[in-house]
Order: sequence, then structure tokens, then C-alpha cells
Amino acid sequence: MTLFEVEQLSLHYLTRFGEKIHAVTDVSFTMKKGEILGIAGESGCGKSTLVNGLMGLFIPPLYPTDGIVKVAGESLMNRTPEDIRKNVLSRKVSMIPQGAFNALNPTRKIKDIAADVIAAHMKDIDRKAIHTRLRERFDLFGMNTEKVLNSYPIQLTAGERQRSVIGISTLLNPRMVIADEPTSALDVSTQKIVIKMIFNLLEKEIFSTMIFITHELPLLRHVADTIAIMYAGEFVELGTAEQIIFDPRHPYTKALMGAMLSAEAGQKQKKPTAIEGAPPNLAKPITGCRFAERCPVAKPQCHHTKQNMRIIADRQVRCEYAQ
Amino acid sequence: MLNKNSIFAANNCTREFGTGKKIVRAVDNTTFSIESGEIVSIVGGSGCGKSVLAKMMLGLYKPTDGTLLYNNAPVTNTKIHWREVQAVFQDPFSCFNQFFTIRSQLKDAFGILQEKPSHKEIEKRIDNALLAVNIKPHEISGKYPFELSGGQMQRMLLARIFILRPKVLIADEPTSMVDACVRANILDYLMKLKEELKMTIVFVTHDIGLAYYVSDRLFIMHNGRIVEQGTPDEVTLSPRSEHTVRLLEDIPEIHRAWIC
Repeated sequence: MTLFEVEQLSLHYLTRFGEKIHAVTDVSFTMKKGEILGIAGESGCGKSTLVNGLMGLFIPPLYPTDGIVKVAGESLMNRTPEDIRKNVLSRKVSMIPQGAFNALNPTRKIKDIAADVIAAHMKDIDRKAIHTRLRERFDLFGMNTEKVLNSYPIQLTAGERQRSVIGISTLLNPRMVIADEPTSALDVSTQKIVIKMIFNLLEKEIFSTMIFITHELPLLRHVADTIAIMYAGEFVELGTAEQIIFDPRHPYTKALMGAMLSAEAGQKQKKPTAIEGAPPNLAKPITGCRFAERCPVAKPQCHHTKQNMRIIADRQVRCEYAQ
Repeated sequence: MLNKNSIFAANNCTREFGTGKKIVRAVDNTTFSIESGEIVSIVGGSGCGKSVLAKMMLGLYKPTDGTLLYNNAPVTNTKIHWREVQAVFQDPFSCFNQFFTIRSQLKDAFGILQEKPSHKEIEKRIDNALLAVNIKPHEISGKYPFELSGGQMQRMLLARIFILRPKVLIADEPTSMVDACVRANILDYLMKLKEELKMTIVFVTHDIGLAYYVSDRLFIMHNGRIVEQGTPDEVTLSPRSEHTVRLLEDIPEIHRAWIC
């Protein structure tokens, strides 16, 4: 059953000079129940803009250009931010933000922040019922429930804080969770604990699908079922985790894999290589392939022929010369 | 094991915070030495005391017990100390003042030097430093910190190091805020710094993979103690401490099962 559907979604920002910045262009994918989609790409490639678009939350200067987003058959397009906040966020689609510190109000205890989320979405529920519900849910997270609930954000460790944020965003059992770099501020051991907790929640069917955004490809190999590689607002390759990690076909995916570090024995000679140059300016119209300027195997015609998604070796690749 | 020519020599160096029952030992009885021209990485999870150790090397904290010697003398005057020991931090945006242009702040860096070069020389050195980190001087002219991306700002911090040419660089998680491409880029510049300026680098990180790639020697820290030290191959191939094993196991590697 298709739970989440995105068709040719394009988003743009409107600057105060009337300039349109096309941050996301022509993104299409579908997700089934229980699936985790990983999205990877450089900073500034449009990952976080896409997140806002997928929630249907269009707050100026962000506007949809084209396309449809559907959660369980319900369209999220052309709705006011108030409507989205009341009826979609937390219930159907929920987001785990990047910095847990900025997401929590420093002057309130975790239990008050969490209680507000329940109270705002359920009208006739008394204080006591809310707190029993909270305790039940926080018991699943493998932390000292009483201590965490009665603490201010500053009293918790980074891992506990991030787990609390995940807990709060999934309180109302959303269908879909979008995690925007949930672990990039954590050290490796804490990262593993947080990922384990996310898997546990998925297993218990507290939420049914997830989009995991990160720039660490090795992490996605363990977390995601399918991986999408994003460059300058477009998906350039979309396939299963095995396909993308072990057998990348798009030149950009290959370059991105080359920039990864490895601590595995005997890999020291494998020097990570940076990709030279910078992504194109999205405010100007781009005619050819967006990666052509930095592509090591670019042909002269790449600079002015638009590339479309095509299927090679069972996955989608946006390059007509990929083998 | 203490060598007379060590850049840094610590003997039972300890740093405590708080008093009485609330006392926290951030760095606990560490003994080590760092030789000239070496790249040493201090690796550990969050809260293991690695940043406190780095701050002690910078002279921002004094050890509460034991000694930490720089060139066989304790750090007394930080202004003189900083002529030779400089740092690169995790978040470049909090290192620059939002209200001044980047170029004027790079110019201010000369204030630490004993003798300020001539105006012309200053401009020339700034331009050269910017070119060394692959940024054309006109790209940042008249720009403020918030107008640049995280990767560019991190390179501005490195440009400052190219300007000051210190003997020792303390890099406290310089790549944890940037993506993988920029990380590879910044590591290249760090290597370039080392080769051009013959610098000693102390690299503080939680990513043992990164440390393995850059360093000559690794210190693994846990709860304020250095639990293991050795060459990268020794430490990663035959780790002796359980904490090292944990750190290695927790890295998501593409060829190994990670979460069972």
C-alpha cells in the first residue's frame, strides 16, 4: 500500500528583489508502509527545503511551483499553514529537527513541553491522562523516565535530549516521520543508541514510514532501505541502499562515495577526495545537466542538454551517459 | 618517557571543576608528551574531557593538579602563548563577530603579533592566505560572516592560521559541522598547513575514522583518562582498551553489520 506519494514536486523561494530561487526541482517518489527512505547530498542542495515541502508547510518566502504531495491519499497542497499545523503536523506527518537544543524551550521541563503537544491536539483529555500516556511512551525509550520528564533541557545529555525530541515528535503516532539530520550533532556511540531507538519505534508501529536525511552515506547504508542522492535541488539517483552504496552509477554519487572516510583496516591509502567547484546558482535558469561543471566525465553536450530520470540497472539515474 | 624536546609535556595533569560533593574531574591524571611536527589526535565520546584538555593546552584553563608544560615551561602569559599556539574551533560562526567584515577581522588577527607588519604587507599576507584556502580575495571583500556558507567560514578560520603561522595548531572538532565533501576539503588544507608551515597539530575529534586518516599518533580518552595511546594502525587493528573497541564498533561502516 502506498502511504506517501510525491509527484514532480518543485519548490521555489521568492526573494525581496522578485527573484525566484528554484531550490527543489522535479522530485518524485513513493513510499510504502515500513519503508525508510534516505536522502543524502551536500549542504545547500535543498534537503531541508524539501522537508518543508513534504509537510505541506509553505511559509513565505517558500512557495510550491508545481507537483503534488499525498499522505494516505490526502493532498497537502494549497492549504494554509494553520490548517497544516492543526490537522497534518504531529498526526500524519511529523518532523524531527536537526538541533535538539533549539527545538526545546529551555525554560520548561520536558514533561510540560510534551504535555502541550497532546493537549493542543486532543481537546477533551485531562492532565492526569496526559501524564500517564507520557510515562507509557517514554518508558519505551530506554532512559530513566522520571528523571528525563522532570528535567529541563539543559540538564540532559545530548543523547537524552535528542531522544526526548524524537519522543515528543512521535507522541501522536504520526504516519510518517521526517528526520532532518537527527544524529549529526552526536558522537558515534550516542548516534547508535538514537538509531536503535528509532528502529524500535518503527518496529512497535508507532510510526510507519520514515524519511532520514543526512550527509553520511555509510550511516544510510545501515538505516535506509532506499536512498535518494540529491544535487542542486534534483534527485540524481534513486535506488536501494545496496545499489547506491556498492554500485553507484551517477558521476555525482560516485564522487560523493569517494569523499567518505573509512576507519576499516588497510583503508588508509584510500584518501577521501573532495569534489572541486561549487554547485550552480539556482536563481539563474539552468539549461544543461546541473552537475556538468564539476563532473569528471562531462561531455561538451552535457552543458546544454537537460537530463531526465531514466532507468539503468533497476534504479533511476539522471544522466544519459551513465552505464 | 618525558622528552626534553617535547612541545607539550603533561605529568599527572588534572583539571577539576566545582568543589566539595559536586566536584567533577574533567581531566584525570593524564601523562603524555607531544613531539614537534607530529599530528596527534585526541579521540573520545562527548563529555570525555577532550575539549578541556585542548583548552588547557591553549592556556584557557590551568591544571588544578600536576603540570602541563609547553616547551618545558608552564603557560603563564596567554598573549605570548597564542603567538605560537592557535586554535580552530567547531563552529566558525561563533568565532567571528557578526558586526564586522571578515576581512577586517582577518586584519585584526595581526594584533597578536609582536611587531605588526606594514599595511601593504598585511594586505598581501591576507590575500595569499585566502588563495591558500582556495577563496579568491574579491569573493569575500565587504562581506559579513553570515553571508558565507559553513564550509567557507571554516576555511576563513584556516586562512587565519595561514596568516599567523603558529608553531602549534589545536583543532577542536573542525569538521563536525560540515558535510562529507567539505570535510575532505578541510582535511586537505590541514595537511597543506602541516607541510608548508611544519606545524604540530593536535586534532580533537569523536570520529576515530577521521583521526585514523590524519594522525601520527592517537590518544583515546574516556572519563578524563587517556586509556590508550599508539599509532593509528596499532590502535585500530589491535585495540587493547574496551573503550577503543566500542568507539570502533559504533562507526557505521559500509562493509560491516552495524545494528543487529
